[in-house]
Amino acid sequence: MEPLERYRPIVDDFEAFLAACRRPLGNAVRINTIKASVERATAALEEESVAYDQADWNPRVLRLETDSPGSTWASFHGFTHGQEEVSAVPPVVLDPEPGERVWDACAAPGGKATQLSALMNDEGTVVANDSNLGRISALRFNAERLGATNLAVTNADARNYSLQRFEFDAFDRTLVDAPCSCEGTIRKNPDALEDWSEDHLASVSGIQKGILRRAVQATREGGTVVYSTCTFAPEENEEVVQHVLEAEDCRVVDFHLDLEYAPGLTEWDGEEFDETLEHAARIYPHHNDTGGFFVAKLEVTA
Amino acid sequence: MSEQNDGQRFDRLPETPDERTVEGRVSREEVLEYFEDRFAIPPATFDEHTFWEKGAGKIWIYCGDAPTPIEIEAMGMTCLRTRQEHWKPTTDFAQRFGRHAEACVIELEREEARAFAAGEDQELEWDGDWGYLIAGHRIADGLEPLGIGLYVHGELRSMVPKGRQREL
Repeated sequence: MEPLERYRPIVDDFEAFLAACRRPLGNAVRINTIKASVERATAALEEESVAYDQADWNPRVLRLETDSPGSTWASFHGFTHGQEEVSAVPPVVLDPEPGERVWDACAAPGGKATQLSALMNDEGTVVANDSNLGRISALRFNAERLGATNLAVTNADARNYSLQRFEFDAFDRTLVDAPCSCEGTIRKNPDALEDWSEDHLASVSGIQKGILRRAVQATREGGTVVYSTCTFAPEENEEVVQHVLEAEDCRVVDFHLDLEYAPGLTEWDGEEFDETLEHAARIYPHHNDTGGFFVAKLEVTA
Repeated sequence: MSEQNDGQRFDRLPETPDERTVEGRVSREEVLEYFEDRFAIPPATFDEHTFWEKGAGKIWIYCGDAPTPIEIEAMGMTCLRTRQEHWKPTTDFAQRFGRHAEACVIELEREEARAFAAGEDQELEWDGDWGYLIAGHRIADGLEPLGIGLYVHGELRSMVPKGRQREL
C-alpha cells in the first residue's frame, strides 16, 4: 500500500480510502442486453437462487452473492458477463447510439467493447482493437459468447492506427481505456503495486498520450472521446488529458453519473492543469465500495 | 472459377451461386436456405447481416460496416462450417439466433441440459431428423438455446466447444 501514500493530500478521508483498498472486492456482472433483458437475466438468476444486488446507478450492473459467477445458467447463455462495477462506467459515459461507428482503441479482453455493442443494440459498428495479439483471443471469445455481431476485431498499435482498412475516415465516438499502472485494481489483484515505480508511470504515460492523441484525430468533429484508466496516478490521468488538450483540437466536457466521485485535479506535483479537468471523475474505492477509476469525457472540436 | 479461398482475409459471400468467383465458396442465398430448410429460421432474420468467409469453409456473420475483402482478426461471429457434406452451425450462433428456430430444436430437461453444457454425450429419444440439432431448455419462462448437438443412433452428442463447456 506504500505507493498510495502519495495520494494522501488529494484523497478525502484517506484512512477510509486505504481501508477500502485492503478489502477484497466482491463479484460483479453486467447484464448483456444483446441476449437478455434485465428482467429475463434477473429471473434466470432467481430461478437458480443466485442472490444479487442491482447497482443504483446502472440497473444492468449486478453484485452477485456467489463465488463462481461464471458457473450459472445466466452466464452460460451469455445473459451476464463478469465485469467489475466501475469498469462498466466508461461505455456509459461514451453513450454510443445504435448505428454509430465506435472505436475501442484498447479493447481486450472485451468487457467494455461488448458493452458498447449492447448499448448500440448490436447495430452500427464497434471496432475493437488491441495491440496485444495474445489478448485478442480473449476478446474474440467474449464477443462471440455475448453475441455481438456488430463488432470487428483488429490487432494494431492504437498510436498510429490506420482507418484505411475500413471504408470510413472517422469514428463518431472513441473509447480509450488505456493500459495503465492499475493501482485501482488493488482490491482484485493484491500484487498490483508490486512493480510500482515513478519511472514506470512516466513510460506508460507516454504511451497513453500517444493513444489519446490518435483517438482525437480519428474521431469526427463534434464526436466524443472518453479517456479512462484504473489508476489513481495523475501522471496517467489529468496529465495525459492536459497534454492532448494542448496538442489536439478538443475540450473537456461535463457528464452526469449517479455514482459518488471526486472531481479531476487541476494541479499535481507543482504542475497546473486546465480548470476544465474538474469535469473528470476520480472514483475512489471507498466512495462506492468498488475498484478505483478515472474517467474524462472530451469533445472533438475540429 | 479459378480463384482460391485466401485464408488470411475476410471475403463477403456472393449473393447467389451465379455470382461466385471463388471455387467452393457458398453464397448468401445458400446460407439463408440452409438455416430456413434445416431450422425454419426465417431469412428475414438476417436482413441486417452480411456473411463472410475466412478460413476455408468458415462462415462469419456480421452487421457492421466493412469493405470486401478485409484483413482483420475477426468480424461478428463464426456461424457455420461449410465445404463439408453436413454443414455445422456454431454454438455461439445457436445461442444468438436459435430462438428464431422452429425446426430441429430438441428440448432438454434440466439434468440433460446440464450434461449437454458439460460437453457430454447422452442417449435421448428424438423423432425428428438426424444430424445437427439446436438443443435448448426452459429458463426464465422461455425456451433458450444451449448450443448445437449431433443426433445419431439414439444419441445426442454435445458440440459445445471445450472453452464454452461448464459444470453447472
